Amino acid sequence: MASSSRRREMTTAVIDAAVQPAALVHPAVAAALARHEALAKRLPGHRHGWIREMREDAAAAFARAGFPTRRNEEWHYTDPRALVDTRFGEPIVAADGAVTLPGGMPDAGAPKLMFVDGRFRPDLSELAALPDGVRVESLAALLEAGDEALSLRLGSLADRSSFVALNAMLAEDGVVITCTAAPDAGARVHLVSIATASGDRPLAFHQRHVVSVAEGASLALFESAHAAGATPYFNNTVAEITLGARARMTHVRLQAEALGAFQVSTVFAHLAAGAEYDSFVLAAGARLARNEVHARLEGTGAIVHLNGAQLGDGVRHVDTTTVITHAAPACASRQTFKSVLSGRSRAVFQGKIHVHQVAQKTDGYQMNQALLLSPESEIDAKPQLEIYADDVKCSHGATVGELDANQLFYLRSRGIPAPEARAMLIEAFLADALEAVRDERLRAALADATALWWARAHAEAGA
Amino acid sequence: MATSEAMLAIEGLAATVDEKPVLKGIDLSVPAGEVHAIMGPNGSGKSTLGYVLSGREGYDVTGGSVSFRGQDLLAMEPEDRAAAGLFLAFQYPVELPGVGNANFLRQALNAVRRKRGEAELDAMQFLKLVRAKMKVLGMSEEMLKRFVNVGFSGGEKKRNEILQMAVLEPAFCVLDETDSGLDIDALKIVADGVNALRGPERGMLVITHYQRLLAYIVPDRVHVLLGGRIVRSGGPELALELEEKGYGELQQAA
Ligand SMILES: Nc1ncnc2c1ncn2[C@@H]1O[C@H](COP(=O)(O)OP(=O)(O)OP(=O)(O)O)[C@@H](O)[C@H]1O
Ligand SMILES: [Mg+2]
Repeated sequence: MASSSRRREMTTAVIDAAVQPAALVHPAVAAALARHEALAKRLPGHRHGWIREMREDAAAAFARAGFPTRRNEEWHYTDPRALVDTRFGEPIVAADGAVTLPGGMPDAGAPKLMFVDGRFRPDLSELAALPDGVRVESLAALLEAGDEALSLRLGSLADRSSFVALNAMLAEDGVVITCTAAPDAGARVHLVSIATASGDRPLAFHQRHVVSVAEGASLALFESAHAAGATPYFNNTVAEITLGARARMTHVRLQAEALGAFQVSTVFAHLAAGAEYDSFVLAAGARLARNEVHARLEGTGAIVHLNGAQLGDGVRHVDTTTVITHAAPACASRQTFKSVLSGRSRAVFQGKIHVHQVAQKTDGYQMNQALLLSPESEIDAKPQLEIYADDVKCSHGATVGELDANQLFYLRSRGIPAPEARAMLIEAFLADALEAVRDERLRAALADATALWWARAHAEAGA
Repeated sequence: MATSEAMLAIEGLAATVDEKPVLKGIDLSVPAGEVHAIMGPNGSGKSTLGYVLSGREGYDVTGGSVSFRGQDLLAMEPEDRAAAGLFLAFQYPVELPGVGNANFLRQALNAVRRKRGEAELDAMQFLKLVRAKMKVLGMSEEMLKRFVNVGFSGGEKKRNEILQMAVLEPAFCVLDETDSGLDIDALKIVADGVNALRGPERGMLVITHYQRLLAYIVPDRVHVLLGGRIVRSGGPELALELEEKGYGELQQAA
């Protein structure tokens, strides 16, 4: 009888991703590993030993970790089950096939680098217009060439999280940007990701970007992701950003994925002394969106600004997770995140500030504010300060509120219809985060995306 | 009273706030072209009347009716009341952090113009208009760039209310203690602004505690609101009498 009860335990374990005896693999994990097996020979650079090894290590890390469940501390508030339970196929659009571009793609006044289903499309990109001092290469091409220098730039990040490992073992392409442009050159680039999933064929793609800004150089990178249609797809992007001493990078991202999409983005930013990384993310699409930013301040006086807004409607789930590591003295990190949630949408903000013992004179600030437009919407917030230095200034705060009835009435009493009045107050709520985007053209693009979201959220509230 | 001809006709208006009866049957008619003043002790229901007229949530009408330019005012949304020409200058203007004053004024003006079937003003046309109005009110243009009422002094907030009124050019204005908090010069400027809007097509209800304002804006009628009712009405001389004697006698009679 003892043996039969044990067998029952093991049967449960098969369905339960968190408990994974070596021999029993969750079907979703098995499927991803099988895809890796099947694809491996076709992935760029397969003939180079170090690249094969890198992918195999990633596959092993992924097999060990499996997909996260809510029992993983980092995923406690975001349930990835819907993503894990979807079976995705490979992109089907040929690497040079025709694509219909979805509407709403903003003009950032910068040369576009186009990705379709995770593959770089030089034919659709504006490579000739790239500014001086900005070199752009396709990751696939560099891997195929077995570029040794790349092996140093591709961090061995596979053990950092399941999705990063998944990306490392399956990524087909990405962009490798090297910037040496001086600050007064105003170098800017627009990276666009388009997904073409359609019909009953969900697809997944894993992009891997590598961006380096050299000592004293400066780059503005605008990223936007767009798609239309109801077919689910999974955009799992990893970006590694390295800023040399006194380098500057402005990184503005507009996530306008299709409403049925799954989106996981993981950014690793490394800052040398005096470097400045200024990031803004607007999460306006995807049914499940997780934005992770890991920033390491590694040289004295580096500065990181992480700002963003998450807009929720329907049953969408948006998650921002930041980890800032102060590993050098006199660095500053400032974060302001805003969530506006309607319908039954949910938002998560997890912000961790880790201050090493050497990081004296650290200045850390984190603010997370949410505006709940409906009683069914919800935000979970988890600030975490881990401080091992004694001379630091770190603060964090959070607010959750509704639209102010008094303010709403004041606007309406001046003739402004209720929906417009609400939109004005929401815009005002987002203002001090959006103000951080100093480029007016980009700010306008983000405002347009916010207006689209509001049209959706408002229609839903009226229904 | 010929209520059918009045621009604003309030009959037997009763209202509660948080289930507490505050207005207990108000009858008041203001014909077009007239300015009526309302005076009364603190807590008598003056601001409540202004809020009920402009449709604020949480102020429940429990009886009576209000007709405004022939329409059933109480059935309308606040923004429709504004579009129909009603304007309330708040006793305590509301701060709107993050909302620029210029944007606010322009959105309000264009919303009202849209509802009236008039063409919207573009940024340049609007700026020209608002600059002219600000000059008359002695306001610095810097106020346009600031967030609505945020960090404004008490007097600046009141002037900003009058600026909104001057821009929207409503047919009927309810001024709730616009004079309190104003210095002597500002009081005169604001009164001039209000007087400039006076005309045969326009009606006004001026809520105040002080005869001082009424020396500048001479009312056609003065009403005393006490305990949620109008207990006395008269000509401009009533304001002088109240200033002298206070509300004591009226309170005892009530
Ligand atoms: N939100 C509220 N909740 C409870 N009571 C209220 C509320 N608003 C007003 N009241 C009450 O209603 C009564 C009338 O208030 P109102 O503001 O209309 O007086 P007022 O005549 O304008 O006074 P003042 O001269 O001081 O401005 C007061 O007793 C006040 O306390
Ligand atoms: Mg009052």
